[in-house]
Amino acid sequence: MATLKCNIAGIESINPFWLASAPPTDKYINVVRAFEAGWGGVVWKTLGEDPAVVNVSSRYGVHKNRDNIVGINNIELISDRPLQTNLDEIVRVRKEWPDRVIIGSMMAVIEERAWKELAIKIAETGVQGIELNLGCPHGMCERGMGSAIGQVPEMIEKVTRWVKEVVDIPVFTKLTPNITNILWSAEAAQKGGCDAVALINTVNSITSVDLDLMAPTPTVGDKGTHGGYCGTAVKPIALNMVAEIARNPESKDLNISAIGGIETWKDAAEFIALGAAGLQVCTAAMLYGFRIVDDMIAGLTNWMDEKGYQTIDDFRGKAVGNTIDWNNLDMNFDTKALIDQDSCIECGRCHIACEDTSHQAITFDVSDDDKRTFTVIDDECVGCNLCQIVCPVPECIDMVPVDNGLEYMNWTNNPLNPMNNS
Amino acid sequence: MSNTPDKTEINNNFSDLHKPFNLQQAIVESARCLYCYDAPCIQACPTSIDIPTFIHQIRTENVKGSATTILSQNIMGGTCARVCPTEVLCEEACVLNEEIEQPVEIGQLQRYAVDHLIKTSTTHPFERAEPTGKSIAIVGAGPAGLSCAHRASMLGHDVTVYEAKEKSGGLNEFGLAAYKMVDDYAQKETKFIMDLGGIKIIHNQKLGDNLHLENLQNNYDAVFIGVGLNSTWSLDLENEDAEGVLDAVQFIEAIRQTEDKSQVEVGNDVVVIGAGNTAIDAAVQAKRLGAENVTLVYRRGEEQMSATQFEVDLARINGVNIKLWSAPKHIIADEHVAQIEFVKTKIEKGKLVETIFTYKLEADMVLKAIGQKLEIEDLKGIDIEGGKIVVDENYQSSIKGVYAGGDAIDCGEDLTVQAVEDGKQAAHAIDNMFNYEKGGEE
Repeated sequence: MATLKCNIAGIESINPFWLASAPPTDKYINVVRAFEAGWGGVVWKTLGEDPAVVNVSSRYGVHKNRDNIVGINNIELISDRPLQTNLDEIVRVRKEWPDRVIIGSMMAVIEERAWKELAIKIAETGVQGIELNLGCPHGMCERGMGSAIGQVPEMIEKVTRWVKEVVDIPVFTKLTPNITNILWSAEAAQKGGCDAVALINTVNSITSVDLDLMAPTPTVGDKGTHGGYCGTAVKPIALNMVAEIARNPESKDLNISAIGGIETWKDAAEFIALGAAGLQVCTAAMLYGFRIVDDMIAGLTNWMDEKGYQTIDDFRGKAVGNTIDWNNLDMNFDTKALIDQDSCIECGRCHIACEDTSHQAITFDVSDDDKRTFTVIDDECVGCNLCQIVCPVPECIDMVPVDNGLEYMNWTNNPLNPMNNS
Repeated sequence: MSNTPDKTEINNNFSDLHKPFNLQQAIVESARCLYCYDAPCIQACPTSIDIPTFIHQIRTENVKGSATTILSQNIMGGTCARVCPTEVLCEEACVLNEEIEQPVEIGQLQRYAVDHLIKTSTTHPFERAEPTGKSIAIVGAGPAGLSCAHRASMLGHDVTVYEAKEKSGGLNEFGLAAYKMVDDYAQKETKFIMDLGGIKIIHNQKLGDNLHLENLQNNYDAVFIGVGLNSTWSLDLENEDAEGVLDAVQFIEAIRQTEDKSQVEVGNDVVVIGAGNTAIDAAVQAKRLGAENVTLVYRRGEEQMSATQFEVDLARINGVNIKLWSAPKHIIADEHVAQIEFVKTKIEKGKLVETIFTYKLEADMVLKAIGQKLEIEDLKGIDIEGGKIVVDENYQSSIKGVYAGGDAIDCGEDLTVQAVEDGKQAAHAIDNMFNYEKGGEE
């Protein structure tokens, strides 16, 4: 049987599933419950210097599609309990759960003394690593912390270096996605000497507007503010940023602790395939409870067994090499939709999607006995996948590569590319 | 009898057969709809309601818009949501049947949307067109007549409806099982339809009695006949006039018109003869009124029963005993019916024949549900064929300017929803005729 034991930036963990720094890791009781449920580690909710912050009432907003939660956002700040209370609880859990990982998350204003003093205090609790929260896009950034630092590469580098200078445990620099190019942030953290980058923090957002109050949600009284968006909706953004770092020659050796919409073992496998060494989860646990880790562990193990992977490292980064620039894609590759008429339930979704918004490549015929038949016109089909995406029946529409006899050609060697004429 | 249900129990037996959806159910169920393109459910609805659109509108919390989508095709969408045999119409056509054999509950969602509008909206969702100065007489305030009235008024014509009974609604008011139409729904719906304006209903006006077709022809620009099937077939048996032998429709009407259901008289041994939805409505309601034994007897097999499978199952669940392949032979009665004798039947060379086997059932109440027919005496001068008014493709009868629809014509389906469609289409046909005439004058 495959093992999920892994090593993240030099830290041994019984599995790659950690809880991200957030409300679920705010207190002794939460963290103990998480460990009882089987989580390999937690990143404790971000600590700051005393006096502790005050959080407002009404903290989360939601974005739904039909009745499914796509994502939530939050306007909660860092831990609102006295620093010493948190430090004492960390010491206690470390003692009671020696095989589990606790990473201390922290943030401070851009002041060397503040970062160093706080990092030393946290390290003294026995945490296995420190995470620098340079990402929160709400509240704390208005006080010069969080994303206010994470959006400036020079500050990322500086803060990372300060902390590295005073602790001898691994340092994770947590990056904000609210930037133009994640590589600038990652490379800055690398220059500062970080042992790993953790990404992504939440995406700046307004999830909805209360049309009665005429205010963004969550509303505090009759007002609201932008908050940090998370959940399955941000997974595609996180996957890309992880991949960008993993395939960038300068940063490819960085340890990555991946965060962003991880809800199932499959999400986890995808992040690992794109180079993540470990994973952090928050929203899924907030929505369903800590028990979801059971299936993450079992599902990932079963899949690894099926594929013949003994350890996480056996497939880690395997999709990185296949993640390339558009310019290098084969422009002569050809694939066509194929509708399995036996499993088709005749809903017509493929037809109308293609007819209205794509290439008019799916015909719609009704027979005398009212049977509705949808057929792909191969000559019109550009292989866009839209029909397969909208089809409600699993495996009814297959995208089948066809041999058009043409050889590999990408944009760089395409005669239409004006750059090739010079 | 000691186990006779009390008043509260009986009245509880006549509460909603299907509890209406709450918000949570409506959200979950509407999310199941695939939003099919040119959906089969639309084709399966006699009134062509745009079902995927109205369900999508529930999903977007545009419930008023959803109801308007429904009502624009079927002004009695509320009643149809309650009584349509959806399992053989829209829900049978739902493509989810192919995949997981559990169609979207379209009827319940339709009820959710329409009830929401009727409960919460203070204004009628439709407006009348500019007055045309034309007038239409409608005979019968049932589904066909009221549907025709509403559409004709929307098109700008002035409508007068003549109704034989003292109340409007037709079968919606008098003929459907009480547990399908709770809380006086037929009257609420009639009021909703009338809220459009331009419609006047005059009650206690019976064709051939105090109402005459020639007068209507003379006084109105067009006439629509939606009288339904206003008479019943008889068994042609001796003692059929004995006490305790009555038409199922009479029995159902009595239940519908009695607020306290425990006041409705019911036998202890009830025999229902027939196999349609009316027979089932009568049998199930007899049982729910407290009859000890209810037996539904039909001369052919279960496959030939015209009641839908849902209705047959409902009868069985309610403890109705169903006897097949039996034809009534003798009603045994002094003044009051006591027994009824049946002869067993079978199919021989493709024909239904009687055998030599007979049996008797105890019966202190016999309910005849062997079909209704059109009272053709009232319709002198109009071509009748197979007991129904003959109409052309524009719902016009053999008399120019006199239109007909609903159960009075042969339209294939004797369903409320079909009557609504007939009325609506007839209104358009009449409107077209007016426009054509106007064009001719210019």
